[in-house]
Amino acid sequence: MSGLGDAFHTAFRLLLSWDPELAEIVWLSVEVSAAALALAAVFGLPLGALLGIARFPGRRFVVAATNALFGLPAVVVGLVVYMLLSRSGPLGSLALLFTPTAMVIAQTLLITPLIVALTRQVIEDLHTEYGEQLRAHGAGTFRAVPTLLVEGRFALATVLLAGFGRAISAVGAVIIVGGNIAHVTRVMPTAIALETSRGELALALGLGILLLGISWAVAAAAELAREVARRAGA
Amino acid sequence: MPGPEPGGALPLVFENVCFDAGGARRLHDVSCRLEAGSLSVLVGPNGGGKSLFLRLAAGLLPASAGRVRWLGPSPAAGSSAIVLQRPVLLRRSVRANLAYPLRLAGVPREEAAGRITRVLAATRLSELAERPARRLSVGEQQRVALAQAGVRQPAVLLLDEPAAALDPGATGALEAAVRALRADDVKVVMSTHDLGQARRMADEVLFLHRGRLLEQTPAEAFFQEPKSPEARKFLAGEILG
Repeated sequence: MSGLGDAFHTAFRLLLSWDPELAEIVWLSVEVSAAALALAAVFGLPLGALLGIARFPGRRFVVAATNALFGLPAVVVGLVVYMLLSRSGPLGSLALLFTPTAMVIAQTLLITPLIVALTRQVIEDLHTEYGEQLRAHGAGTFRAVPTLLVEGRFALATVLLAGFGRAISAVGAVIIVGGNIAHVTRVMPTAIALETSRGELALALGLGILLLGISWAVAAAAELAREVARRAGA
Repeated sequence: MPGPEPGGALPLVFENVCFDAGGARRLHDVSCRLEAGSLSVLVGPNGGGKSLFLRLAAGLLPASAGRVRWLGPSPAAGSSAIVLQRPVLLRRSVRANLAYPLRLAGVPREEAAGRITRVLAATRLSELAERPARRLSVGEQQRVALAQAGVRQPAVLLLDEPAAALDPGATGALEAAVRALRADDVKVVMSTHDLGQARRMADEVLFLHRGRLLEQTPAEAFFQEPKSPEARKFLAGEILG
């Protein structure tokens, strides 16, 4: 109990003191995960929607493959990105390894399948309801994609939240490609891993609670936006 | 509101149209001509093929055999809009719902705004224009769906049991909206199982039973002296096997 009590005490102390190093870590965590989420959304939402609507040979195989990638281990993603970006790798000349950009790439690869798979499910359900009506309006498959993405905006906000949660909490991928370098690539999960390895369990738990707090705050903001939209009748 | 040129694309002709689904024939060898001007009402028991007929006319389903053709002097102008029995409106305002099919059709914004204003007035929805469409009553939503189809200025407006879930007041408002759209020379083909509504609305009746078109008759003649024994039983309120 005293361990947990210390952790909460440390978390509140961290929050109240809000020292620049902590602010840097928190900001970089949010920045990297938000960038990864934006990229994953740009590719994942239309791709998932198309997969939910279009019918083509081998579709079931593609759906199964996407679902399988849903649970992609973060360390495997980190390893692949590391091999691509390392000096001897095909993209080594870009010198991106151990930079926040490498972390964005890893997180994007990690959460895109999740966004695709969940979007596919949401849009497939919506298409069952809207499909014939949209065809009656003259909307073909490609025109139906943006329409259904807009119609499913509330459910898709939850999908994006899930993606953000997976991105910001991923340790394995970012520690491999980011290197957990202080003031450069240190983010909250890697800082937690570091403090744990140092035996600073209270500090690690405090950071964990802070991480949870950020995820909760993002979810609460999304829920608030959804409620405001609902009351406006959108 | 300027509608399509009367008779531009019409008649719409069914030539020996069949439709198969689930390993069974659902529509048998249906042939008929739908001429401009008159309001055609499809009647018959449930499962008779009324909805299938309308979906084939709308091009939502392909015929398994036979064909559906526009045979008017300008068949290129042939277009139809259908109001489904349970229309699905978009989660946006009534006005935005009407704008949606026009945007898909590439209608210029200014022209679209004018058409929407006129159709909203014709269907008595002007006061509800900015309201979220899905928050309206069932009857109002059905009128929005009707307006959404009418705003496209189709040659034929196809209505699949549009008043099936409505109370008498909402049915009256819907029928008034259909008449208002008809004033623009839009051909209307509607299905109903409500014989009262068929009597009020129909110029001609198409009687469908078990996937067969048993008669296409002027409304007065159909209600006074139907040709087929099935139609006579149907009008007498008997249950058709």
